Amino acid sequence: MTAVESPKTVSWTRRHLLGLEDLSAAELRAILDHAETFASASQPPRVKRSGLTGRVVVNLFFEPSTRTRVSFGLAARRLGADVLDFSSSGSSTSKGETFIDTAKNIEAMGVDLMVVRHASSGAPHLLAQHVDCGIVNAGDGAHEHPTQGLLDIFTIRQKLGRVDGLTVGLVGDIAHSRVARSNIHGLLKLGAKVIVCGPPTLMPQAITKFGVEVSHDLDPILPRCDVINMLRIQFERQRNGLFPSIPEYARLFGMNVERLRKAKPELLLLAPGPINRGVEITPEAADGPNSAILEQVTNGLAVRMAVLHLLSGQPADQ
Amino acid sequence: MNLLRIVNGRVIDPSQNLDRVCDVWVRGSRILGIGPIPEARAERTIDAAGMIVCPGLIDMHVHLREPGQEEDETIATGAAAALEGGITSVACMPTADPATDSQAGAEFIYLQAERAGHANIFPVGAVTKERKGSELAEIGGLVEGGAVAFSDSDHPITSAEIMRRALEYCRMFDKPLLAHCEDPELTRGGVMHEGFESMRLGLRGMPAAAEEVVVHRDIELARLTGGRLHIQHVSTAGSVTLVRRAKNRRIQVTAEVSPQYLLLTEQDMAKYDSNYKVNPPLRTNEDVAAIIEGLKDGTIDVLTSGHAPLAFEKKMRELDQAPNGIVGLETLLPLCISALVEPGHLTWPQLIEKLTTRPGQILGIERGTLHPGADADIVVINPNIGWNIDVSAFRSKSRNSPFDGRRVSGRAHAVILAGAVRYVRE
Repeated sequence: MTAVESPKTVSWTRRHLLGLEDLSAAELRAILDHAETFASASQPPRVKRSGLTGRVVVNLFFEPSTRTRVSFGLAARRLGADVLDFSSSGSSTSKGETFIDTAKNIEAMGVDLMVVRHASSGAPHLLAQHVDCGIVNAGDGAHEHPTQGLLDIFTIRQKLGRVDGLTVGLVGDIAHSRVARSNIHGLLKLGAKVIVCGPPTLMPQAITKFGVEVSHDLDPILPRCDVINMLRIQFERQRNGLFPSIPEYARLFGMNVERLRKAKPELLLLAPGPINRGVEITPEAADGPNSAILEQVTNGLAVRMAVLHLLSGQPADQ
Repeated sequence: MNLLRIVNGRVIDPSQNLDRVCDVWVRGSRILGIGPIPEARAERTIDAAGMIVCPGLIDMHVHLREPGQEEDETIATGAAAALEGGITSVACMPTADPATDSQAGAEFIYLQAERAGHANIFPVGAVTKERKGSELAEIGGLVEGGAVAFSDSDHPITSAEIMRRALEYCRMFDKPLLAHCEDPELTRGGVMHEGFESMRLGLRGMPAAAEEVVVHRDIELARLTGGRLHIQHVSTAGSVTLVRRAKNRRIQVTAEVSPQYLLLTEQDMAKYDSNYKVNPPLRTNEDVAAIIEGLKDGTIDVLTSGHAPLAFEKKMRELDQAPNGIVGLETLLPLCISALVEPGHLTWPQLIEKLTTRPGQILGIERGTLHPGADADIVVINPNIGWNIDVSAFRSKSRNSPFDGRRVSGRAHAVILAGAVRYVRE
């Protein structure tokens, strides 16, 4: 492992992980360091841990997801937890039950942690006020996706050895991206410089107040970046007409092999997935030597194991 | 005839420029006079020492939910909540289901109000049929049924042509048009004010410009038509400037604001609590400061509650799915005191004017005065009593207030409606 940050453990007291904005730099490092102890979990021999034996973790997904759901489910199982899967299609919510009632009913069956994905920003925060179990935000609207932010940062730290002092470009649909917000909060707290890049229609003007640099032109910022994170166009969260066409978007903000030549040779290329191949990123770039897209997925497991383990009240050094 | 005497109170009646300690006399349902009336002998006396005696408050922006949404509020519960808050007259928005877009609809509201026997309820008629914005409602019939003003409320009139014709047509009856100014294309899907907080919270924003472009349009249409325009719930600094400029140009425009726009801001949305979700949305500190300036210099004429009751199960939703609205009849007075009198922005007479005389004048209802011969709607305000807002004690059917638990000062001590003492608090 190449962790440069001090691996000392901090005492973990939170019951919920709702967003990276709430966390201190020390807490972020605690999760990342703890995740390193699980980094071998996806490699053979896949030894099952016992940290969550007897605990019940529920995946409560009110919005479609493949990767995040599978990753959380596997993370919980590798820690020995019983895992319950709930998705809103075909369930009571389609019969008019509110999502709070749905969650309370599931909690009544005896649940320790709920992993919540919801199309409405703040839904996990609302739930945290109404249930007693711990809540992990697995993506809420355009607000935060803390474990995605953590796994992006974990991957950066793993590949480049540090976060502090790096320049990270977040490219694309900043306005509708929860991944962007979690990355911004986490990266800034850990000392990185963040450049957000995209068309003004996908870029809230107020974002400069976070302390990030704003660019509407990818080519000039590319050589300055150590990391580029290509955000997906959130077709499901957008209105129409925010940019004229996909080809024009791809031409202005898409990553391709020609653009990569302008970047530092060691540029780390990330994408939170699912990627719209040919929109944000060409297949050659996505599968090329700079890309760590699949490693992100692998690291997601370790990060989520660490988060579940910490939130279940286990000491960080166990 | 029954004689009632209210003694020792500080009597404030902006309609007569009155502010002094004296007696108020009521005979039957009407004001008999102010000051000593040596030959009169009261059958009942209310001691108002240390209190303010003024016309009953008039709240010209209230949503009662009857007919159609009685789970939120009925005319009876809303009228009772009004009295509890010291409000003796209410203008009821045409937003129930069906909309108040016919003479029968207006008359139904009077009938239900009379059955309830609490505050006076004055119906506001819909400008367009079913509040759909495409054809004028039968405004003449609505006037016949007692409508005092016209509004499509939170279904903003998107067609400038319809707005123009409505202002022109209402002139015939000398009725004001109460405009909810919003460009719905610019606010579509919006949950809160567009700015740093909406970006941070990942919530879709409603830009200030969405209000201001329509305020500007409607002011120009008022100028074009000579119609009476009243801008509801002014929420942005830009709107205050537009109204101020229009008044300087002698255009017939008045404006109102509600206490939530003075005491809360976009930052309160960080709780993701739908009790703060309201349209127009809570804005910024700069907007609040501009609105207070507008109240001080008279740009903003009236204070209203914007009372929008919503049943618990409707509000207990994800923020972007929950409907807009805050209840306010029972908290209007103390919140105005907290926001405006305690910090010294308005004097008591200025506040009372915006809660009584001005809305009475705009609605043309000949209330909001203690002039001899006027209907004896009177509130005695205890200005100093401290209390905690408790939604569970509301007379309103709904509890959707972000002010639950807030410590406030000042409350209606006694309410007299058409000469009848409705309550005197211990």
